[in-house]
Amino acid sequence: MLAGLQCPGYPEAKLSSVSERLPCREGQAGTLLALMGEPEQYCFPSIFIYGHRATGKSHVILTLLKELEVPHAAVSCVECVSAGLLFEQVLLAMFGSESATLLPRSPSLSDFVRIYRQFCAQEPAQQTRYIVLERAELLRDMEANLLPGLLRLQELVDDNVTVILLSEIVWDKFRPNTGCFEPLLLHFPDYTKAELLQILSLDSNPSYSPELYSSYINILLGVFYSVCRDLRELRHLAALNFPKFCEPLEKGEAKESDTHKLWRNIEPHLKRAMQTVYLREVSSVQWEQQQMEEKEATALRGLSAHAHVELPYYSKFLLIAAYLASYNPARTDRRFFLKHHGKIKKTNFLKKHEKTSNHLLGPKPFPLDRLLAIFYSVVDSRVAPTASVFSQISSLVTLQLLTQVGHDDQLDSPKYKCAVSLDFISAISRTVSFDIVRYLYDFL
Amino acid sequence: MSTSSVSKGCFVFKPGSKKRKRTVAIDEYFTDGSDDCGNGRERFNICQTLWEKIKMDTEVLQEELNTKILDSLLDFIKRCTSSFQSRTDDWTSHMRASEIPTAALVLGVNVPDHDVTFQSLSELLRKSVTPFAVSVQAKECAALKNLMQKVLERLMGVGVTLEDDEEDTGIHLPHKKVSCSVSALSQWYKSMMKTRAIKSPDKTGGSENGFSQSPPIIVIFKDFEAFNPRVLQDFILICNRYIQELPFIFIFGIATSPSTIQHMLPHSVSSLLCIELFQSLPCTQHLATVIDKLILTSQFPFKLSSKVLQVLVSIFLYHDFSVRNFVKGLQLALLEHFHSQPLSVLCCGKNEALLYAQKLSHQDVEMVRQLPSFMRYVENQEPQEQVHLLTSDEGVREVCQRFLKDLRKYHKNYYPVLKCLHSLTSSLPKYPLGKQIRELHIYCMEKNVWETNEYESAMQLLRLLAKDELVLSLRKCADILKPDKTKKMKSALQQLENYIAKFEQLDSMSIEDLCAEEVTSPGKDLQKKTDLFQLQKTLLEMKGTRRTKKISPFELLRNEALEFIDGLVRSYLTPPELQPLNEVCYYSSSGVLRRHLNATPRTSIQTALSHPFYYLQNESLKTDAGTVSNSAPDICIAYKLHLECGRLINLFDWLEAYATVTSAAEGKDPDSEDYGKVDELKHARFIQAVSELEFLGFVKSTKQKTDHVARLTWGGC
Repeated sequence: MLAGLQCPGYPEAKLSSVSERLPCREGQAGTLLALMGEPEQYCFPSIFIYGHRATGKSHVILTLLKELEVPHAAVSCVECVSAGLLFEQVLLAMFGSESATLLPRSPSLSDFVRIYRQFCAQEPAQQTRYIVLERAELLRDMEANLLPGLLRLQELVDDNVTVILLSEIVWDKFRPNTGCFEPLLLHFPDYTKAELLQILSLDSNPSYSPELYSSYINILLGVFYSVCRDLRELRHLAALNFPKFCEPLEKGEAKESDTHKLWRNIEPHLKRAMQTVYLREVSSVQWEQQQMEEKEATALRGLSAHAHVELPYYSKFLLIAAYLASYNPARTDRRFFLKHHGKIKKTNFLKKHEKTSNHLLGPKPFPLDRLLAIFYSVVDSRVAPTASVFSQISSLVTLQLLTQVGHDDQLDSPKYKCAVSLDFISAISRTVSFDIVRYLYDFL
Repeated sequence: MSTSSVSKGCFVFKPGSKKRKRTVAIDEYFTDGSDDCGNGRERFNICQTLWEKIKMDTEVLQEELNTKILDSLLDFIKRCTSSFQSRTDDWTSHMRASEIPTAALVLGVNVPDHDVTFQSLSELLRKSVTPFAVSVQAKECAALKNLMQKVLERLMGVGVTLEDDEEDTGIHLPHKKVSCSVSALSQWYKSMMKTRAIKSPDKTGGSENGFSQSPPIIVIFKDFEAFNPRVLQDFILICNRYIQELPFIFIFGIATSPSTIQHMLPHSVSSLLCIELFQSLPCTQHLATVIDKLILTSQFPFKLSSKVLQVLVSIFLYHDFSVRNFVKGLQLALLEHFHSQPLSVLCCGKNEALLYAQKLSHQDVEMVRQLPSFMRYVENQEPQEQVHLLTSDEGVREVCQRFLKDLRKYHKNYYPVLKCLHSLTSSLPKYPLGKQIRELHIYCMEKNVWETNEYESAMQLLRLLAKDELVLSLRKCADILKPDKTKKMKSALQQLENYIAKFEQLDSMSIEDLCAEEVTSPGKDLQKKTDLFQLQKTLLEMKGTRRTKKISPFELLRNEALEFIDGLVRSYLTPPELQPLNEVCYYSSSGVLRRHLNATPRTSIQTALSHPFYYLQNESLKTDAGTVSNSAPDICIAYKLHLECGRLINLFDWLEAYATVTSAAEGKDPDSEDYGKVDELKHARFIQAVSELEFLGFVKSTKQKTDHVARLTWGGC
């Protein structure tokens, strides 16, 4: 561990307690502290911190601000359905409730700046004030002037204030076309395996020794590190599977030192967890129950095991027709749906770009009339073009089995895409005894 | 506002006028138009009571069917609630990521039926778990703020101001301004809990009217698939931030399959949920129960003919899978029957029907005489009796009463026997008489079922059944017949039980008989034969001997029992059309029903355009098939002319042709100078016709060629 964080102007004791609470992030915390400078010094107007999920961005910054008792406002942008809410929360945290009530209906950035200045004049900043915006990527979807405005808020309100943006996305994706003030960029790299081990080992179970727990974490990381580096998720998985790990100990079959035996016991279990509970195929509660009852994993079927959908008869055929229209080139319809199509060989029929499998390219959009033409030729009985046939197309869209493409020209020729997989459509066509593979150009 | 229209587009809603100009007394609807028969009011009342009963029954049925899934859901929610409360500071709960408990409720694609389920679900929740249960629909939540607003509004019961909608400034003024965020909700929830705690400090456990101390906030997403994934993801993220303060529970109403959750939510979001799956009954099973309770019962005097039932069932199976729509169809049939059939006044309970039959007016009696089934009956009578029936009203009334009683008896015997036959045949391989009882019912209503090949093969298969199978299915039949109280059914039950008893006696019979036969069985000789010719010969001989083989007592008994069943079928499963006066109870105009329930807008438009006479009923428009009179409306002429064109239509040629046709209509001399000349009026009429066609979607303007329009339909004259 480093010698501890150092920054003039803040009490030593607090700094050391902060550094204890930020394992493996001393470097970043030090940089931040250096940027912040002494409490009353002006800081850089805006700082942009980015890094993957659960790399400690919010944790580091909020711990620093809270422990050092710096005035700050922390807002998650996902909560702010409008800019007004964001302003309200910032003002509330900075100046108390009376400032927030002054905001007019649907306030603009200039309203916010005006009220900020008004209150700032009453109580000028003794220390740098910080505004922390989590999930800042959502700011891009709000008004166009919001992000550039926030980046140079210090200038606008003429106060010692710094805006800190946190995001999982790099700054290059933020930069507006019109240009803006460039914030200071700070990257939080992913934790390494050793760091993860160190952090996860910290919260050991009080009833067992820390060494045992860290050996457990070691096993856990051995299984999960290749798929998941999210600290939060790993902690969750560690908590879920720990009782199973301790089972031989509880029963007295093994001692804490029998690491190999414990490993043999837990490893298949963890592998199974990776396929089920990690993917949320099985909920955590169900997973725990299953552990307790010691049933086989096969007893619980995951969410994706229930893929079968029961559809009305014509809906099935509409979906089949949509699938054919999506994955067959339109030129080949003659070959499949005309009785006397003549001999069309695949080889001399192919265009160059069509040689790649259509299934690899994904579904293509098709117009409504092509869908209906194919539908009438695949369905075996005569179907009147009733309103309910048409409304079934709409219901298929609502059920997300079809998707509507494009938004203009909705009335005379809407276009659709088929959004189901080959497995799904084969299962559907099997129920109506329709051999779909015979009609697919890719499998000719 | 919403419409029931299928098409997408703009709809004009006129503000609802406060007063209705013409108010028709409700019970005069049926007398309207056919005042000559005075029983409209009675018919309406009968219809009304029947419908009330059907409605009640279906609701009860739905509730019964839903109990299982609702109970398990309730169990889940209670479990979650208690885990919220018992959230202690122990190691695991501290370590575990806080997940929002979520129930994935898979309800099937019959979306119209879901409303009832959700309604009873939220009632149940409000009654027994929490006052804070809200449901949201996708169409009201296009954006995150709408979703938040709806959830908050419904939870807190006050108007929540969205900052940027200006329209409702005046409306929400009396309320305190509440910002649309979950933090506001959290504050509100805390204050609610505080007042609740103050209100009931003395009660142990702090429970007030049955709710636990901190009742969960349940959000029901009625149509999960239709939600915008972005909105849903953000909402879940927000709620997860507050899960420590607000005990959220989500319920997703899923129409397709649970894997849509994974399609819609990325792992980062779905890892915030603790999803448990609940699957409801398949809708086909639901329909089977509804049919069983509403149609295959003698309880309701109103019946559907085979055609009508087929229409309703095929709409269900082919189009929507919606039980609610099926019941609506049944309601329409009921209304149509009582509206269009004056004699339906006799279609009610036994005593009332007999009473009405005594009081039939002369007109009614005339109508009875014109019923095909009555005429058929009269034809089969002695000449003297025929005269009596055709001249004396009193005679008809008496006969009617007898017929009504017979009809009731017929139904009372028909349904039990039908169920028996179904239970016997439904387990046969390949289902010769249908898998579902409704199929068998339709068979039986159409013709004499015992004359069909399917029945024949079913009987043959029954004759092949082993003893224990046969006894088992006979037992089932006996169980079906047990609750019936008619004399005939009782005697049938008696006989059936006799057969069962006899079968069981066979067991205790001496086994020697059977053994004696086995000795003669030549199976063992076969192995000695090595010559192919010899073998063939022996096999042929064996075939011959088997034919003449003595029938075992079991076979004898089995044949007897099946004869008995056959007898039941022949005497009780006659088609209802043979019953005199069946028209009173049976609604048979399937065409009307099909037209109403399964409309064909496109065909109607095409009919209107190609045969204007069909709708306008103007004599001058009557033409041979395939042609259009030149005096037809402009759009019809334009339509007819456009049918002769290819995919692209030259507007000028079209106009010329149109002008020629209309000139002929004006009766101008074909040789004159200005025959077929385009004047301004014709030009304007033509333009209007073309734009109407464009509006109806037959042509559209194209950029491929100037002065051309593209046809949007294919096929020609």
